[in-house]
Amino acid sequence: MKLLEIKDLHANIGDKEILKGVNLTINAGEVHAVMGPNGSGKSTLSAVLTGSPAYTVTSGEVIFNGKNLLEMPPEDRAREGIFLSFQYPVEIPGVSMVNFMRTAVNEKRKYQGLDPMSASDFLKLMRERKELVELDNKLANRSVNEGFSGGEKKRNEIFQMAMLEPKLSILDETDSGLDIDALRIVAKGVNHLRNAENASIVITHYQRLLDYIVPDVVHVLYKGRIVKTAGKELALTLEEKGYDWIKKELGDL
Amino acid sequence: MSVEQEYIDIYRQFSTQIKQNAAEPTNAVRDAAFDCFAQQGFPTAALEGYQHSNLQERYAVNYGINLSQFNIAFNPYESFRCDVQSIKSHLLFVVNDVFCDETQQAQLVLDKLSQQGVIAGSLRKVGAQHPELLKRFYAKAADFNTDATVAFNTAFAMDGLFLYVPKGVKLDAPVQLINVMNGDADSMATSRNLVIIDEGARAQLLVCGHAAKSCKYLCNRVTEVFVGKNANYEQYKLEDTTADTTNIGSLFVQQDEASDVLINEITLHNGFTRNNVNVDLLGEHASLNLCGMAIGDKQEHIENHTFINHAVPHCHSTELYKYVLNDAAVGSFDGKILVRPGAQKTEAYQSNKNIVVTQSAKMYTKPHLEIYADDVKCSHGAAVGQLDEEAIFYMRSRGISLTEARMLLMLAFANDVVENIKIEALRTRMHLLIEKRFRGENYKCNSCDSCK
Repeated sequence: MKLLEIKDLHANIGDKEILKGVNLTINAGEVHAVMGPNGSGKSTLSAVLTGSPAYTVTSGEVIFNGKNLLEMPPEDRAREGIFLSFQYPVEIPGVSMVNFMRTAVNEKRKYQGLDPMSASDFLKLMRERKELVELDNKLANRSVNEGFSGGEKKRNEIFQMAMLEPKLSILDETDSGLDIDALRIVAKGVNHLRNAENASIVITHYQRLLDYIVPDVVHVLYKGRIVKTAGKELALTLEEKGYDWIKKELGDL
Repeated sequence: MSVEQEYIDIYRQFSTQIKQNAAEPTNAVRDAAFDCFAQQGFPTAALEGYQHSNLQERYAVNYGINLSQFNIAFNPYESFRCDVQSIKSHLLFVVNDVFCDETQQAQLVLDKLSQQGVIAGSLRKVGAQHPELLKRFYAKAADFNTDATVAFNTAFAMDGLFLYVPKGVKLDAPVQLINVMNGDADSMATSRNLVIIDEGARAQLLVCGHAAKSCKYLCNRVTEVFVGKNANYEQYKLEDTTADTTNIGSLFVQQDEASDVLINEITLHNGFTRNNVNVDLLGEHASLNLCGMAIGDKQEHIENHTFINHAVPHCHSTELYKYVLNDAAVGSFDGKILVRPGAQKTEAYQSNKNIVVTQSAKMYTKPHLEIYADDVKCSHGAAVGQLDEEAIFYMRSRGISLTEARMLLMLAFANDVVENIKIEALRTRMHLLIEKRFRGENYKCNSCDSCK
C-alpha cells in the first residue's frame, strides 16, 4: 500500500532552488534511507514534508495516505501521522515536557474526533514510552529540551515519536552527535515502533545507523534529485567508496 | 483654559472643605503640595520620563470629584466580587476614593485585624486618631516635588487605607484592598494609602484595581510603605478594569535594615496605566524583589517607571518586568538603579523582557544604572522581540495548532513573574486569569453587579 508518494517536487528557500524534482514512493511497512553529500537537499526534503514555513514549494505533488499533503498546515500533517525527528531539536524554556506532550496528544485526538485522554491514562502512557528510550523521569518535568544533552535531545525526539505513533517518521540525522550507547537506545526505540502499517525515512551520512535500523531501500539525493536507488547494500558501497563514483556516473566529475 | 486650571481653581475655592474632611497631619503638607502642582501642571510629553504618555489628554475629561467624601450608596461586600476574591484574606474596600468602613462586613474585618494588634482603617478617620504616626510618616517617602501627579495627590487626597502592623506582629492572612470605581458619571478618584510595618513584623498586601461600571474613570493613588528593621513585606497589585480607566499609581517604599520586600504589579486590563515605584534601601542588608507584568492589547497603554535607590552598603535588589503587547498596545519601561557613593557590596540586577506580537504594537524600554561605588555587582538587560518562530514550528510539527503554540509560549513567558507570587492561592488564580486573558475569554465572575 502506498503511504507516501512524492512526484516531481521542487522547492526553494528564498530564490534558491534546493529540491529540483524529487520522486519517491514509500509503502507501508518500509524503511527508506536517504543519503547524500552535504548540501544535497536531505534536510530540505524533511522540512518541506513537515510544512516548514522557511521553504516554498514551487511545483510537484505529495500524496500522503491518499491526501494532498502540501495543502495542509504543519499541525494537520502531524495529526495525519507525519513526524519529524529534528536534526536540531528546539529548546522551549518555560514549557514543560508534560504540558507540551499532553497538548500535542490531545490536539491530535481532537482532530480524530476523540475525547482528550484522562490525566491518569496520559501519565501512564508517558511513563511507559519514556522507558522505551530510557529517558530520565525528571526530564518530563523540565522545559522542552532545555538543558538536555545532545543525546537526551535525540532520545526525547524518539520519545515524542513513541507518544504520537506516527504513520510516517522522518529521522533527520538522528545519529549525529550520539555515542554508541545512545545510538543503540534510539535504534531500539525506532525498531520497537516499526510495524506493517507505518514507515520511516532515515536521513543519515553514515552506514553505522543502518546497522541498527536496517533499511529496505537506500536512496542517494544529490543536487536536489534522487539519483540512485538500491537495496541496503548501497549504503555499504557508499561507506567504502564515497560519492565520487556516483558523481562520475552523472558526468559531474 | 489649561487642563490644570480647573483643578487649581477648585483647590483655591475648596481647600478649607478638603482640609475639614481630612486628617489634620495630612493637611500640613497640602498647601505646599498644591503650590508645587500649580507651578508644574500635569506632566507633558516634553518632560523626562513622560515622553510616551499623554496625561494632559487623560486629565482633560470632565470628571466629577468627591470633595465632601460622601459615601456612595454601594456596599461592595454585597455587590462586587473581585477576580481574586476567593482567596482567604482580610478584605477591605476603597470605593472611588472613600475607605469603606461603614458596613458590618468591613467592621468585622477591622475587628479581626485589631485583635492581632494591627491598626487598620480609613486614613481620614483612623489616621486622625493616630497623629503621631502620621506626623512621623505621612509624605515622608513620597516627595511631591519630584512628580506633579504626586503633588496633585498630596493636595487633593483625603482618604485611603491606613495600615500599621506593630513590632513583631506577623499577620495571619494577607490584607486585600480592592480599589473599585463606581458611579454613573465620569469620575476621578484621588486616594492615599499609608502602610507601616514595624520592626520584625510581617504582612502581605494585595491591591486590586477594578471598575464596576464603564464610565470614564481616572484614579491617582499614592501609597507609602515603611518597612522596619527585619520586617517582611509583600505587596501585589492586580489591575483589571476597563478601556476607559486611567490608573496612575505611585508606590514609595522605604526599607530599613535587613528588611525583606517583594513587590509584584500585574496589569491584566486597563486603558492607561502609569505605575511609579520608588524604593529606598536605607538600612544595610535590606533586600528587594521587584517585578511586574503587563498584558496589553487594542489601544491599551501601560507604563512602569521604577527607581531603586541603593543608599547604603550590603543591599540586594532584583528587578524583572515583562510585557506582552498585542494589536496597537503601547508599553514603556523605565527602570533606574542608583548605587550611591559608599554603597559597597551592593547587588542589583535588572531585567526587562518584552514580546511585541504585532507590527503596530510598540514597546519603549530604558534600563539604566548609575553607580558611584566600586565594589558592586550590577547588571541590566532589556529585550524586545517576537515569539520564537522555531519553537512555534517545532510545536506545530507535533500537531499543536498555531494558536495553541503561541499560547504556550506566552504563558511560559509570563510564568517567571507569576512564580514570584508567594501566596499560593493567588498564584494559582493568576495562572488561570492570565491564560484566560491571553485567550481573550471572558473571565468575569458573574456573581456581582459589574459582571452581570
